[in-house]
Amino acid sequence: MAKIASCHTGAPQNIKGADNEKQLTIALAGNANVGKSVIFNQLTGSHQTIGNWPGKTVESAKGSLQFEGQNITIVDLPGIYSLSTFSLEEIVTRDYIALEKPDVIINVIGAPVLERNLFFTLQLMEMDVPMVVCLNQVDIAESQGIKIDAGKLESLLGIPVVPTVAAKGQGIRELIDSAINTALSAKSALQNDGEPVIEHNGVNRGHGGGHHTGGRHHGHHRHRGARFRGDLDNDIDKLTAVIESGNLNLGYPPRFVALKLLEGDAAIIKQVDSKSAGITGTAQVLAQKIAGVYKQPTFSAVTSERYAVAHEIALGVQQQVTIKPTFTDRLDRLATQRVFGYLVSFVVIGGLLLWTFTIGNLLSGVLSNALGFFQPVDPLINGSFWSILWNGVFGGFVAGVTLVLPYVIPFYLLLAAMEDSGILTRVAFMLDNIMHQMGLHGKAIIPLILGYGCSVPAIAATRIMGSRRERLLASFAVTFAPCTARTIIILGLVSAYLGTGWALTLYAIDLLVMFLAVKVALRVVPGDTSGLIMEMHSFKVPSVSVIIKQTWARTKSLIFMVFPLYMAGSAGVQLLYAYGILQPVSNFLSPLTVYWLGLPVITGVLLIFGFVRKEMILLVMTAIFGMNLAAVLSPTQLLVLALVGMLYIPCLSTVGILAKEFGWKSAVVISAANLAAAFIIGGIAAKILPYILE
Amino acid sequence: MSISTDEYLEALYTLTREDEPAGTSEISKKLNIAPASVTEMMHKLAEQGFVNYLPYQGVTLTPKGYRIAEKMTRKHRLLERFLHDVLKIGNDKVHKEACEMEHALTDETARAMCQALKSPDSCPDDGQLIPACDLSFSSCEECRKWGRDNADGISKRKNNVISMSDLKENQEARISFIRGDNKVLHRLLDLGLTPGTKIKVYRISRMKSPVEISCRGSRLALGDEIARNVFVEKTTD
Repeated sequence: MAKIASCHTGAPQNIKGADNEKQLTIALAGNANVGKSVIFNQLTGSHQTIGNWPGKTVESAKGSLQFEGQNITIVDLPGIYSLSTFSLEEIVTRDYIALEKPDVIINVIGAPVLERNLFFTLQLMEMDVPMVVCLNQVDIAESQGIKIDAGKLESLLGIPVVPTVAAKGQGIRELIDSAINTALSAKSALQNDGEPVIEHNGVNRGHGGGHHTGGRHHGHHRHRGARFRGDLDNDIDKLTAVIESGNLNLGYPPRFVALKLLEGDAAIIKQVDSKSAGITGTAQVLAQKIAGVYKQPTFSAVTSERYAVAHEIALGVQQQVTIKPTFTDRLDRLATQRVFGYLVSFVVIGGLLLWTFTIGNLLSGVLSNALGFFQPVDPLINGSFWSILWNGVFGGFVAGVTLVLPYVIPFYLLLAAMEDSGILTRVAFMLDNIMHQMGLHGKAIIPLILGYGCSVPAIAATRIMGSRRERLLASFAVTFAPCTARTIIILGLVSAYLGTGWALTLYAIDLLVMFLAVKVALRVVPGDTSGLIMEMHSFKVPSVSVIIKQTWARTKSLIFMVFPLYMAGSAGVQLLYAYGILQPVSNFLSPLTVYWLGLPVITGVLLIFGFVRKEMILLVMTAIFGMNLAAVLSPTQLLVLALVGMLYIPCLSTVGILAKEFGWKSAVVISAANLAAAFIIGGIAAKILPYILE
Repeated sequence: MSISTDEYLEALYTLTREDEPAGTSEISKKLNIAPASVTEMMHKLAEQGFVNYLPYQGVTLTPKGYRIAEKMTRKHRLLERFLHDVLKIGNDKVHKEACEMEHALTDETARAMCQALKSPDSCPDDGQLIPACDLSFSSCEECRKWGRDNADGISKRKNNVISMSDLKENQEARISFIRGDNKVLHRLLDLGLTPGTKIKVYRISRMKSPVEISCRGSRLALGDEIARNVFVEKTTD
């Protein structure tokens, strides 16, 4: 078991304000999929707030914890591989660490992929913040025949290492103990005015030398991180000394700045250049020299060297026993096998949908029975002002509870389980080339599948795509995805009167339209498709806490964004109708609805209702025409209405999230594109279908 | 070296991509030359040490022949890109034009063209991969930094490199050169694909699907447009 690096010399005394002393901030940092979220959940329980980093489309999760009299704030930083400026997540992480200065960082590393994780650990150490390493998933590593000597790792890194199996809660207490001790001893060291208490000379691979004698910045410990081979390390030290004497006050530690200057990090260069052009000049000369020696650009040379250090440490602390291919290994082979892999993908997606509609129907029935006791779901279209308003608000709420949640929650639960188990990564792998046809790559499969539930969280999930262009394309695709509300229209208008065959046809048409629309969008939005780069984690038993957290994060956007719009929108649109304001609009639209689509004049009104909630098309119609729609509408009309209703415009909530994520302009353009697609296809269907149906 | 030697070697480069020997009938079909002339030419090329020719089994390129073939193919495909992208010449014409021009293109101009076109990776007409250059750079960034002067001072690669997407399952190789812009390069380096790193192909299939490799104890999936631009040296061990 790891020892706790507590070396403080007597109790901290001259502390201003006891509250301050009892307040600690712990940041969790590490690669994606090493169990960081599991640890975050274990530490904070339900005391979490999940939002965005200010001004960034990067999720931030904060939580709190009371432990041995300490009020601890836990910040879950994004899962990343490096501290460069190539992604928003990386910028957010490094700015947070440098500028907010958490009291301690818990670096969660995955034992099965030690080397890659240590590469990030070394970079974190360069940030010069008190740190504890949490060596997680030691059980998975052991099942793969990998044994890691945590004590040896601790002495090589010079920071505490705590082995854990977070999924089973093992080692969490030791971890938090160690983190608090590290934070407190660093704090008391600061109080003692710069006397170094913990002295880390960083990772030394035995090439020695290079102790810099520069000024004392934070005092509690000297520079850390990888000590590189001979000349490179000397050059870094030289530049570090120049930076220290330059007193730049950037917030970042000097050695970190030196490394980033050498690596050619644009953000840091800009900051340093504005204060001292001499330093960037020196850095450039050194960088050129290094590039010449390594025959690689300096960033590549530094990365290679850092990996070389990580490799050496990993080699020194881990023992790999060769074992027979495990069951999960064989399962993995199967899941990405050429033919069988597609079958697996098909079964995964099909199974997810089947489960959703089976469970969803059941729950929806139960819930509407319960709520129907108070009030019918049909929209009220005449009566007093207040009764219409109430009906609208309540109807919107009931619709959300009975028609959306029962489908969406079981769907998200299973999807989160699939994500966490690793099976979805295999699906993304298999479907990469199909996604390519749409200018996207394999990872887009996750938002697209999410779109089967509700577009709002699906569009939020496009954040996993790299560029804005890819996010926009994926979101555009999502606006066509057959969400639950669309499914209700298809079931209510088509399946009920014309049979399942036509319903499935409509589904297929929807997917085809989605595919073609994105193909067209590809030509309009210029830019290149970035490729798929994805870590293939080994299969694991999904963690319940992660599933619940993920499901809640997605459901939350429904409750806070979709529900209010459902309620306000339903009330508003019903009042407008009751006061006869929609009728003129409907008449105005009649050239389109009546002549082009061959539908009754009332369709205009239906479509306005449907903008708030797609399934209102169906509800308003039954309220006006009664239950048997086949008596009023011909089969062609039913199909055309379903088609147009399905495609014509993303609902109010979707437009809202589009505007929030991409701005109003993009939201309007996407909506207009949907509208155009709906009317073109609806019109064509209205002309062709009579020959097929009648 | 005669133009027709180049043409033969180029044809063989394309036909033997999957390590299978090419038959003389295939070659004659591809170049539209009578089989008898092809056989005669193959004997000649074998004498010069460019090909291994075993009658009734087929032809493969020797390492020496491969280098020339690859270089010529590279020039041909770069020219197609240039004609298509810069001069806006139609896809139906670029192949023939490039065929005529490739023999006159110097190495220096080919390098300048590659830089000006931002290191393209495929032909405009049939999407075939443009082979890597034979300069000993590990990334395009270095080549750009080297500039135009002292082009003779650039050393050549010692070993042949092939695209990761041309590897086979369970084959091992070492990363040698990553083509393309810095953004992709950075991401791959951060994931541990630094020059010299050993990788093993875990799963690969044709049809532009992703490649799954193991590297530094973990497994990565790389989409085809990424994998095709990662060039590796095959390892024998």
